[in-house]
Amino acid sequence: MAHVATPSKKFWTPANIITAIILVIGLVLTVKRFSMGIGAVSNLSDDNPWGIWIGFDLLCGVALAAGGYTTTAAVYLFGMKKYHSAVRPAITTAFLGYAFVVFALLYDLGRYYRLPYPLTIYPGPTSFLFEVGLCVALYLTVLAIEFSPFLWEVLGWAKIRHLVHKLTLALTIFGVILSTLHQSSLGGLYLIAPSKLHPLWYSIYLPLFFFLSSIPAGLSMVILEGTLSHKYLNHKMDEEHHHGFSPVVLGFSKAASVVLFAYFCMKWIGVAMDNNWSHLGTGWGLWFLVEVLGFVLLPCILYAVAAREKNERVAFYASIMTVAGIILNRLNVSIIAFNWRLPAEARYFPSLEEFLITVFIVTLEITVLRICLNKLPILHQHPQFRDAH
Amino acid sequence: MKRRTFIGILAGAGASLATGTAGAAGNHHFTGYPDSYGVLFDSTKCIGCRKCEAACNAVNELPKPELPFDDLSVLEKRRRTHHDTFTVVNKYEYNGKPVFRKIQCNHCQEPACASACFVGAFKKEPTGAVSYDASRCVGCRYCMIACPFEIPTYEYHDPITPRVRKCTMCQPRILEGKLPGCVEACPKGALVFGHRDELLQIARERIRKHPELYVNHIYGEQEMGGTNWLYISGVPFEILGMREDLGITPAPQLTTGALSVVPAVVGLWPMFLTGAYAITKRKEKIAAEERAHAVQKAVAEAEAEAAKKLAAALEKAEREKQAAIDREVKKALKEAEEARKKAEAASEGEE
Ligand code: SF4
Ligand code: SF4
Repeated sequence: MAHVATPSKKFWTPANIITAIILVIGLVLTVKRFSMGIGAVSNLSDDNPWGIWIGFDLLCGVALAAGGYTTTAAVYLFGMKKYHSAVRPAITTAFLGYAFVVFALLYDLGRYYRLPYPLTIYPGPTSFLFEVGLCVALYLTVLAIEFSPFLWEVLGWAKIRHLVHKLTLALTIFGVILSTLHQSSLGGLYLIAPSKLHPLWYSIYLPLFFFLSSIPAGLSMVILEGTLSHKYLNHKMDEEHHHGFSPVVLGFSKAASVVLFAYFCMKWIGVAMDNNWSHLGTGWGLWFLVEVLGFVLLPCILYAVAAREKNERVAFYASIMTVAGIILNRLNVSIIAFNWRLPAEARYFPSLEEFLITVFIVTLEITVLRICLNKLPILHQHPQFRDAH
Repeated sequence: MKRRTFIGILAGAGASLATGTAGAAGNHHFTGYPDSYGVLFDSTKCIGCRKCEAACNAVNELPKPELPFDDLSVLEKRRRTHHDTFTVVNKYEYNGKPVFRKIQCNHCQEPACASACFVGAFKKEPTGAVSYDASRCVGCRYCMIACPFEIPTYEYHDPITPRVRKCTMCQPRILEGKLPGCVEACPKGALVFGHRDELLQIARERIRKHPELYVNHIYGEQEMGGTNWLYISGVPFEILGMREDLGITPAPQLTTGALSVVPAVVGLWPMFLTGAYAITKRKEKIAAEERAHAVQKAVAEAEAEAAKKLAAALEKAEREKQAAIDREVKKALKEAEEARKKAEAASEGEE
C-alpha cells in the first residue's frame, strides 16, 4: 500500500526556539525573585517603589485589554451586529490580558500571597488601589465567564453553553461598569501624588484621561490583532471572520478617531485648568507635545482618513501609533514624568532582569494566546453552535 | 445571577466606598486628635551630632551601620531614610555656614500613606503617631508613592515577609510615658516633645522673641493639612531640602472627589446602557416590522401582479382559443363549401 506522508509540521521553528529560550530565562529569574526578594532582580528603590512591572505590565496591560469591553458593548448594547466577528478574539485577548496582569502583579507584590486581603478581611476603601483591585477581580470573573463558552463548545457541553449565552447582556453591562471604574481608577492612583508627578501630566482629570484613552486603546488592539491574525492565522477563519473584518476595521477606526479627538481636547483642558502653559516651554513641555500631537492627534487624523477612504492599511498604521501612544502615556505618568524632580542619580531605570521578567510574562501570554487561537473556536464558530448568538 | 442583584452588589460596594471615604479620611477637615503629641525640631539649635540617629537605632533595635554614629563624614552626602535607618540628619549650607536638619516620618494629621493603603495597614493613632501594621501589609508600596515627604521605605531583599519601615514616633515608649528615643538623646534641646498645640505655641513664642533668628513660618503647621512633627528654622526651608510647594490640602482630599464619582457611575451606567440596549432593540424591532411590512406589501403586489398576469394570460388563451375555434369553424365551413361545390360540379358532369 502506498504510504501517504503527512506533512510533518516542524515544532522547532525559529519563533518557537526563541519562545523556549525566553521561557527558560524567565523561569530562572522567577526562582530568583521568589527566593531572594524583589531587590535581587530589580532596580526598585525607596525613591522609586513602582517600576515597569506596574508602569508597563499593569497600566499598559489593562489599557490594552480594553478591547473586551469596547467590542462587546458595541455589538451587544449598541447593536453593531456587523462587528460580531470581533467579539470572540476581543474577549480572548481581554481575558488573557487581565489574567496575566494579575500574574505579573505577583512579582511586584512583596507579600503576593496576601493578594486577597484587600477584598476580604482588610478592605481599605479610601484607596484608589482598592477600587482597582475590586474591579479587576470582578471583571476578571466576568471575562472568565464570557470566555468559558469557547471551552464548553469544544467539550460539547451544550446546556451550560446556552446558560452562559443567556447572561450575555448582563455580563456586557457589568463589564462596561467595571471597566469604566478600574480604567479610570488606574489614573486615579496618581491623584494622591501631585508633588511627584510633573504638572503637565498631573491633573484632576487623570481618571477621565485614563478612561477615555482606554477606548481607542481597546479598539486599536482589536484592529491590530485582527490584521495580524488575518495575515498569519487565515486558515483558522470561517467566512464570517474573513469577510466580517473589513467593516470592523473601518467602523472601529471611525469610533477611535472620534474618541481620540475628545481625549486630545480634554488633555488641553487639563493644561488650561491648572494653568500649566508655562511648562510647555521646557524640555518636559516638548516631551508632552510629542505625546499629545504625535501619538494622539496624528493617529486621530489617520483614523479619520482611514474611515473616510476605506483604507485598512492606514487604519493598521493608526492602530500601531495609538497603541504606542497609550504605552507612552502610561509610562510617562508612572515612570518618566514621575519623580521628575529627583536628581538624575536617584531616578529609576529598570534593570535587565526586570525587563526580562516583563518579556517573559508577555511571551507567556502570547504563547497561551496562540494555543487558544489554534485550539478553540475563536476565529471560527463551532459547527454545533453556529448562529447560537 | 440576575443582573439586578449583580449590579446591586456593586452599587453597594460603590456606596460603601463613598461613605468609607467620608468617614475615615473624610472630605471634612480633620484637625487631628485634640491631645495628640508631636515633636518640634529647631534647626537653629541642631549641631549635626547624630546622637538622635544613634538613639533611634538602639531603641528600634536596628542593625548597626557600617560607620559608627560618631563618624560625621556621612554628613557630606545627602541621605534619606532607609529600611534600617528611620531618621537621618543632613547638612546643608547657607551663607557659608552649615545648617542641619533631621528627617523622619512627619506623622501627618491626615496621612497620605494611610489614605493610600488599600488594606488599612496605616493608622493615625490618638497619640499623634502614624502606626504601621505589618500583619496586614500586602507589599504594594503604594504608601511610598503617596507620601509627599518620601519617608516610607521597604525591605526589598526579604523574599517572604518584607515590611514597610518608618519612624514610629516611638509610640510604644509614649504609651509607657517615656520620651521618643531621639528627643531623649538630643544634647542641644533641638527636639522638644509635647502636645501639638503647646509645641505650636512654643514655636510661635520663639519666632516672636527672636525674629532675627527665625524665618516666620512653622513648617508642618499647615503643610499637607498639618503634621505632628513641626519645624522652625533660621534659613528658608527650601535650603533644608523641604518642599515649600506642597500646599495645605490634606492628602485624602486629593482623591475623595474622584472616588465619590464611583456610585454615580455604578448608578448611571446601567440605566444608560440598558437604555441604549432598549433603543437598539427597538430600532431592530421597528426595522424588523418595517421589513415585514415591506415584504407583505411586496408579496401582495406580486400576488396582484401575478393575478393580473394570470387573468391576462387566461384572457389571451381564451381569445386564442376562440380565434382557433373560429378559424377551425371557418376552415370547416370553407371545406364544407368546397366539398359541396365539388359535389355539385361532379353531379353536373354526370348529367
Ligand atoms: S510623613 Fe509620609 S509616612 Fe509619615 S505619616 Fe506622613 S504620609 Fe505617612
Ligand atoms: S505596601 Fe503595605 S502598607 Fe504600604 S500601601 Fe501597600 S499594603 Fe499598605
